[in-house]
Amino acid sequence: MREIDVKDITQAVARLAQKTNTALGDDLLEALKKARENEASPIGREALDRLIDNVRVAKTQNLPLCQDCGAPIVFLDIGQEVHFTGGDLNASIAQGIRQGYTEGYLRKSIVAQPFTKRLNTGDNTPPIIHFEIVPGDKIKIGFMPKGGGAENMSRLVMLKPGAGEQGIIDAVESTVKTAGGNACPPLVIGLGIGATAEKAMIMAKKALLRPLGWPSSDPENALLEKKVLERINKLGIGPLGMGGTVTALAVHAESRPCHFASLPLSINLQCHSARHAEVVL
Amino acid sequence: MAIWNIVSPVDEKIRKKLCAGDSISLSGVIYTARDAAHKLLVEALAAGTPLPFELRGQTIYYMGPTPARPGQVIGSCGPTTSSRMDAFTPALLAAGLGAMIGKGERSAEVREALKKHHASYFVTYGGAGALLATTVRKAETIAFPELGAEAIMRLEVEDFPVIVANDTRGGDLFEEQIAKYRRR
Repeated sequence: MREIDVKDITQAVARLAQKTNTALGDDLLEALKKARENEASPIGREALDRLIDNVRVAKTQNLPLCQDCGAPIVFLDIGQEVHFTGGDLNASIAQGIRQGYTEGYLRKSIVAQPFTKRLNTGDNTPPIIHFEIVPGDKIKIGFMPKGGGAENMSRLVMLKPGAGEQGIIDAVESTVKTAGGNACPPLVIGLGIGATAEKAMIMAKKALLRPLGWPSSDPENALLEKKVLERINKLGIGPLGMGGTVTALAVHAESRPCHFASLPLSINLQCHSARHAEVVL
Repeated sequence: MAIWNIVSPVDEKIRKKLCAGDSISLSGVIYTARDAAHKLLVEALAAGTPLPFELRGQTIYYMGPTPARPGQVIGSCGPTTSSRMDAFTPALLAAGLGAMIGKGERSAEVREALKKHHASYFVTYGGAGALLATTVRKAETIAFPELGAEAIMRLEVEDFPVIVANDTRGGDLFEEQIAKYRRR
């Protein structure tokens, strides 16, 4: 058994919150540069130039990449040999968010009551936390600040099993088309296929954590990713919805067994500022 | 597609000359307002109570910034999704609002109201909040400070980049450009 003090988790979460919001992953930046080379529309190329420049300015001027510093989503994979000490684990994660968003001059976008008063909680808490128990004596903390514009355009579709692969491709196309420029394309598209409604949603979100453009280890998922990406980039929506040939940078699909009456499909759209990072303790 | 240097508030005569797809370097005064502020503005209009700023001819920017660090004018300040403001927009246009800046498409009702009132809808670069911050010279909260990042701010900008998305004659950047690159 290994003991981990929850204060270390607070510090790690605070650091992740600041890091993800001010520095884009190299994989994303490379993908934006490649998109700039491939984009056919002059307006689209101009938009991509600005987005690439934004990454530089954020770094040099110590500014967040985007004013929407997101809903705070924490993915905690806990080795089953780990024992937490020093306090409440959930509270320590929330404290990390509070500290990171306050000290990092990040925008606090969380409101306490969703359908009446909608008063801001003032510190971007509470975080959304996804726990997973894994073998070993380490913990992995992943963090994703998820922008409202992209999250609003996400969708769960309970397809009929007969819809098959074509049904999935059509549903993703329709979702991306409806989103237009709202989700800030070029997008990263996370797909959770199978399982049950709630599990599919989490799978789609977790699929976004994969290094950009790495195909799924499952050959059938990998082939689907390729087909969906091809189809999406024919829509003409382009960078920021201003028209063009690069509407999505990548599609990441995960699948799981499901009930023989079901074909759940969760589509989680991520903007071009696909911020996430992880740390292992 | 023309390139313009324009002062905000944007004169109606100039608005009428703008075409969807034109690029503008915008300088002058713009006011921020998001969802919560829109609700309050439209409630004030309906109640006949004074608005926190004279709306006639002005430009509203759909934006809520990150907090400024000491020494910074403003934090990151890119556009939010405009369609969430669609329900409130026709009332503001009827009251004289001249232009809006945001991201993404507008509803058919808003596009009609833009034609009727000779107003413009501009888009800027979603997710380029750091870059856009470099164009803001002055920022002050003028109303609803209790809304935090959703408060109304008066910004003075210099060479703030926008593209005309909907002009006064019904021209639509999204329709025209997306059709050009659609392959199915």
